[in-house]
Amino acid sequence: MEEILSKYKTTAEGDVKVWFKAASIHDFTENGGACVKYKDKQIAVFNYKRKNAWYACQNVCPHKMEMVLSRGMLGDYQGIPKIACPMHKKTFSLETGENLNGDLEAIATYPVKVEDDFVFIGFSE
Amino acid sequence: MKTVIVVGNGMVGYKFCEKFVAKAGSENYKLIVFGEEPRPAYDRVHLSAFFESQDAKALELAPASWYAEHNIELITNERITDIHKTKKTITTVKDAEFSYDYLVLATGSSAFVPPIKGVEKEGVFVYRTIEDLEGMLGYAAKIKKNNPKAKAAVLGGGLLGLEAGKAVMDMGLEPHIVEFAPKLMPRQLDSRSSQVLQLKLESIGLNIHLSKATNQILGDTTITGMEFGEDDVLDVEMLVISAGIRPRDELGKTCDLEMGVRGGIIVNNKMLTSDANIYAIGEVALYNQMIYGLVAPGYEMADVAAEQILGNDTLMSAEIDMSTKLKLIGVDVASFGEPFMPALKGHSIIFENKTQYLYKRINVSLDGKKLLGGILVGDASDYSMLHQIYLNGMAIPEDPAQLILPASEGGSSFGSALDLPDEAQICSCENVSKGQICGAITDGDCDTFADVVSCTKASTSCGGCKPMVVDLVNETLKLLGKEVKNNICEHLDYTRQELYGIIKVKRLTSYFEVMDACGTGDGCEVCKPLVASIFASLYNDTANKEDVIQDSNDKFLANIQRNGTYSVVPRIPGGEITPEKLIVIGEVGKKYNLYTKITGGQRIDLFGAELNDLPAIWKQLIDAGFESGHAYGKSLRTVKSCVGSTWCRFGLDESVSFAIELEDRYKGLRSPHKLKGGVSGCIRECAEARGKDFGVIAVEGGWNLYVCGNGGVTPKHAILLAEKVDNETCIKYLDRFLMYYIRTAAPLMRTAAWLDKLEGGIEQLKKVVLDDSLNIAEELEKEMQFLVDAYECEWKQAIENEESKKRFSHFVNSDDRDDNLVFVPMREQKMPEHWEN
Ligand code: SRM
Ligand SMILES: Cc1cc2nc3c(=O)[nH]c(=O)nc-3n(C[C@H](O)[C@H](O)[C@H](O)COP(=O)(O)OP(=O)(O)OC[C@H]3O[C@@H](n4cnc5c(N)ncnc54)[C@H](O)[C@@H]3O)c2cc1C
Ligand code: SF4
Ligand code: FES
Repeated sequence: MEEILSKYKTTAEGDVKVWFKAASIHDFTENGGACVKYKDKQIAVFNYKRKNAWYACQNVCPHKMEMVLSRGMLGDYQGIPKIACPMHKKTFSLETGENLNGDLEAIATYPVKVEDDFVFIGFSE
Repeated sequence: MKTVIVVGNGMVGYKFCEKFVAKAGSENYKLIVFGEEPRPAYDRVHLSAFFESQDAKALELAPASWYAEHNIELITNERITDIHKTKKTITTVKDAEFSYDYLVLATGSSAFVPPIKGVEKEGVFVYRTIEDLEGMLGYAAKIKKNNPKAKAAVLGGGLLGLEAGKAVMDMGLEPHIVEFAPKLMPRQLDSRSSQVLQLKLESIGLNIHLSKATNQILGDTTITGMEFGEDDVLDVEMLVISAGIRPRDELGKTCDLEMGVRGGIIVNNKMLTSDANIYAIGEVALYNQMIYGLVAPGYEMADVAAEQILGNDTLMSAEIDMSTKLKLIGVDVASFGEPFMPALKGHSIIFENKTQYLYKRINVSLDGKKLLGGILVGDASDYSMLHQIYLNGMAIPEDPAQLILPASEGGSSFGSALDLPDEAQICSCENVSKGQICGAITDGDCDTFADVVSCTKASTSCGGCKPMVVDLVNETLKLLGKEVKNNICEHLDYTRQELYGIIKVKRLTSYFEVMDACGTGDGCEVCKPLVASIFASLYNDTANKEDVIQDSNDKFLANIQRNGTYSVVPRIPGGEITPEKLIVIGEVGKKYNLYTKITGGQRIDLFGAELNDLPAIWKQLIDAGFESGHAYGKSLRTVKSCVGSTWCRFGLDESVSFAIELEDRYKGLRSPHKLKGGVSGCIRECAEARGKDFGVIAVEGGWNLYVCGNGGVTPKHAILLAEKVDNETCIKYLDRFLMYYIRTAAPLMRTAAWLDKLEGGIEQLKKVVLDDSLNIAEELEKEMQFLVDAYECEWKQAIENEESKKRFSHFVNSDDRDDNLVFVPMREQKMPEHWEN
């Protein structure tokens, strides 16, 4: 279990070494999420149309270690963009990864950029 | 260790045990309880419920195991025949002898059978025990077979007699009430109110005969009629005697305890009889020269006796409150304090409206400051409050008429329940005060009505105080600034009902339209699914339309499982399925290696489907004629059926056909919480229809429609809404009921909880659904018909549309599957690996 989590480390934009070209922006539902496979990682990517922003985080929920966050629901908590896990509705900030309604470990977040209608996710390795 | 023997395991005897073991010091005593009846003590007050449920267990006050758990030796089916005061022993009918240190007589009373010639004939019953009721049911069935129009009479028009009359009517017999006095309920009502009550009862089909002295019961060995005068005869095939009670004081007589002239074992305010080691409580005890035929005084006596034995000095109240409320559904009658007050003691204010079977009387002290008593017929909704004002001697409005006038005529319901003094006794059965109820919230950690009930026991007995407890709870919560108005969340400052209205009026059709019109921010996991559910209720939008605002399960049209896989539940209406379709389900299960199980809802669940496979699985099922079962939705699940008259030898109607019809009608109907239905072919109720949000049971002459039941976390039996209706009427009522619920319920509130909150409860619901009191019936029916016509199988939609199919893929950038999934073998199938914590 620990092993799975250790794969995911929050990456700041400045530390990005690889911009991984994930998919066309048209493959992501507006105000919804999808899961991107990068090597042995699963990354949840959200097209937060309402804020005109994109977010990415680990797909695995630290609560029960299931690969499900991309299927969760977007929203905000007092303005902070968040994702609610579809399993037990634990919510996490998409900016800091912090668990907003509990004391689970924060999830790892990744930078996203859009170029030529393509979505790129930044990794440090 | 001292021994306390309790003789009689009825309501009061049981209460004694409950109170005794809860008190400090009781661990030094051994309790032995004898009951003559074959089962442990049950709720005699709600005996009539047995006719509907025929479930003796449901009436039990506590299961036999409870006694064992509390170190109480319970010996049922064994009557005590003798007391030897000097030896301090008792003898049972089986000649066993037991010694005691203290003896508590709680032998109750028996029905009084007047010495009328012929009362011993077959077909004559009394109304006191479950066995009496079983006898009546069996006999009624027998006479109805020969004569479907058979008549039955009840001798006695008092509280109990009227209850018996309604029971006889519900058994399908023509009911007649025969009363010796010139009015009904002579002990509680004045002549005018009694006349109003009579009109009301006649309007629902009871035949009333007043001023009738019965000379003899006619018939050879079985009853064929009652004779009052020479030519005054009533032909009846069954008779229930309800002419009062007689204390079961035979033990007192034989062992020479001091007795009342007309029976009853005399006790003092310690509940002690003339023997220092023998107590008497309940309906056998003569206190203040009275036998009190009510549970509340009996419960107080039980408490006093328990305290006394443990050496404490609690005494019985000097004055006993005899206020009562009749518990006949649809007939409100209550009387409290001094119902008939002589003019020299005060003034009476009377409001009467015979066209609405309404009569209210209050008696006020000469100075106009105190309420002395009163009578309510036709509308007893103010009873709890008036009763409390009377009990606590509270000040009343300058114009006391305001207490009983309808609001439309200048009346104003008096004050708030919070105005009551802290020591006001709200629940008299369990002796719970207002202070205890409010304290449970302010000082304890109760937050809801249910919490308060479980922590104080208030309203767990007769339930009469429930409305007042609800008020107290809500008012107290409000006072503390705790949420009573249920705003949806930080983004939408409305209740669901309000938002429903806004969306409907403004015809908003997408989530962000709603947010722009009346919300703040971007929404969340609470308000998004709620808005989605409202869209569904208004327009029958399926979950495909705006999948990103749907709850987890709706979004993928399947229930997410422990490991992120999904379950597949095709609709199998009414539980009826052909072998061909069963084979298809089997093939799908095999092909996709799914765990297969028969559900509690009479259908089949296939578990462990990966997201990527869902469209293909559903394609195969839909091609074979299946539709979505909506097992994932807050929407109609199943309408469970029994096999009914199609095959069953007891069936009165085709329950399967009707269940299928209902399931097909309401499938896809999305609602504040899930909805379940059931249809049974007869009262044996194999479909458990009364455990559903709506349940239909075939009876002689049509369907009985029950609503607002559920299993689940807080099980509730559904309540009768309409009787003996045909299929068409049943559907009409269901349309109205369901639509009314959908419009007004809070999110995730099932029908039972909704009814609990509905002001006026089932009576109000009846008015809205049956009598169209809000004048919205037509609208509700239209809205439902629109939803029914707009139905589409959402799985069919989903697989036919390439765009909406996209979401069923684990990765956007790869066809790979989730490699994180681990299954382990489970018997001959599979299951997800266990979670670590
Ligand atoms: C499959 C089944 C158990 C089984 O193996 O038999 C089942 C399984 C689930 N039930 Fe149930 N319930 C199933 C019959 C019942 C019944 C029995 C019945 O319907 O006669 C009840 C009690 C009756 C009732 O609802 O009044 C029942 C009371 C609940 C409750 C509590 C509801 C309540 O009001 O307290 C929940 C939780 C909820 O809905 O909020 C629940 C929720 C669930 C969920 C949906 C939990 C979830 O969100 O994952 C389960 C997932 C099913 C799945 O993945 O397919 N299930 N559940 C039954 C499916 C019936 C069907 O064919 O659709
Ligand atoms: C249909 C009906 C409706 C009612 N409705 C209401 C109502 O709405 N409100 C209200 O306040 N009251 C109501 N009552 C009255 C209420 O039920 C009684 O006040 C209450 O049951 C009295 O309790 P008890 O324990 O004294 O007597 P019981 O409940 O009669 O119990 C006495 C028990 O002792 C047993 N027993 C007797 N002699 C012996 C012996 N020698 N050895 C062993 N066991 C013995 C009896 O078999 C019986 O089981 C109603 C009663 C009936 C029948
Ligand atoms: S409920 Fe009645 S009709 Fe239906 S199967 Fe059971 S016994 Fe037969
Ligand atoms: S697995 Fe995500 S909240 Fe439980």
